[in-house]
Amino acid sequence: MKVMKDTENKVGNKGEEEKRKWDKHYDYYFFVSVIFLYLLLFSFDPESIYNSLKVSGNLFIQIIPVLLLVILFMALLDYFLHPKTVSKYLGKGSGIKGWFLAISTGILSHGPIYVWYPLLKDLRDRGMKSGLIAAFLYSRAIKIPLLPLMAYYFGALFVVVLLPYIVIASIVEGEIIELIGSRKRRNTVKYS
Amino acid sequence: MNNPKPRGAEKPKSIVRSFYRAFKSLGTAIPMLLGVVLLLGLFLTYVSTQFIASVFTGEMFRDTVIGSAIGSIAAGNPITSYIIGGELMKEGVSLFAITAFIVTWVTVSIVQFPAEAAILGKRFAIIRNSLGFILAILVSIATVMTLRVVQ
Repeated sequence: MKVMKDTENKVGNKGEEEKRKWDKHYDYYFFVSVIFLYLLLFSFDPESIYNSLKVSGNLFIQIIPVLLLVILFMALLDYFLHPKTVSKYLGKGSGIKGWFLAISTGILSHGPIYVWYPLLKDLRDRGMKSGLIAAFLYSRAIKIPLLPLMAYYFGALFVVVLLPYIVIASIVEGEIIELIGSRKRRNTVKYS
Repeated sequence: MNNPKPRGAEKPKSIVRSFYRAFKSLGTAIPMLLGVVLLLGLFLTYVSTQFIASVFTGEMFRDTVIGSAIGSIAAGNPITSYIIGGELMKEGVSLFAITAFIVTWVTVSIVQFPAEAAILGKRFAIIRNSLGFILAILVSIATVMTLRVVQ
């Protein structure tokens, strides 16, 4: 019996180890896959690929200032912010304050969404609720500097009506993610 | 006798060390970010406004779902989504579909999904993006209905 259990454990550990290895190198696999896709498409349509590289280069230049801003935020958060402070303002008992903070910072945040992922992970490790991360990411649909442009294309009334609905949707998404998270935690405790 | 330091006592922090940790943390995400930027380059080169307009059928609910789906696949500067949205309006695509399109452009992203899953967790990314997709449809219906009542 014991031998069987040991064998099962070894097999389980091996599987977990492989999964960890995959997770660890997942970003590199993704990057290499994209490079392969470029090489493949280059053999059919080199002109479009040159154009894609030019577009990507421009995008990368555009995100550099935001990346620097994110590094600055992350360093300052690491230096000044104690996990207890994050928990207080963005954690379990943060209440309306937490929602307000997540949504308003989401609205004010600049640059592409993916640049903010490492900072959000950092904050979650320090105690930020997943629901508030979701609310932050959703509320980014409101871009204050771009509102005049949105009004130009779709009308001022459209903007006035759409914005409150986006805020409501941010809260709904965050609450549902919290609900799913708490249900999962309850089940884990129940069956552990 | 000296008092021994309590176990697990934190070392005093230095700002240089905090910057080093921030660089290291973002550095690990760089291959993923580069991959996403390269994918976006491909998307913006190969998918034109005319192609997007040709996908819509004229049926309201189906177009809203299609708008939400195209916005989910697409990504990039929101200005682009407004410009495409404006063009789609000229082509006669319904405001339901356009609203869903511009909302999911920012809130849901298939192109950026690998980065989100790797950094914030696969489960979180799947649930967040799926909910974002459904909520965009609801937001577009609510917005256009309200506009119809108000106007």
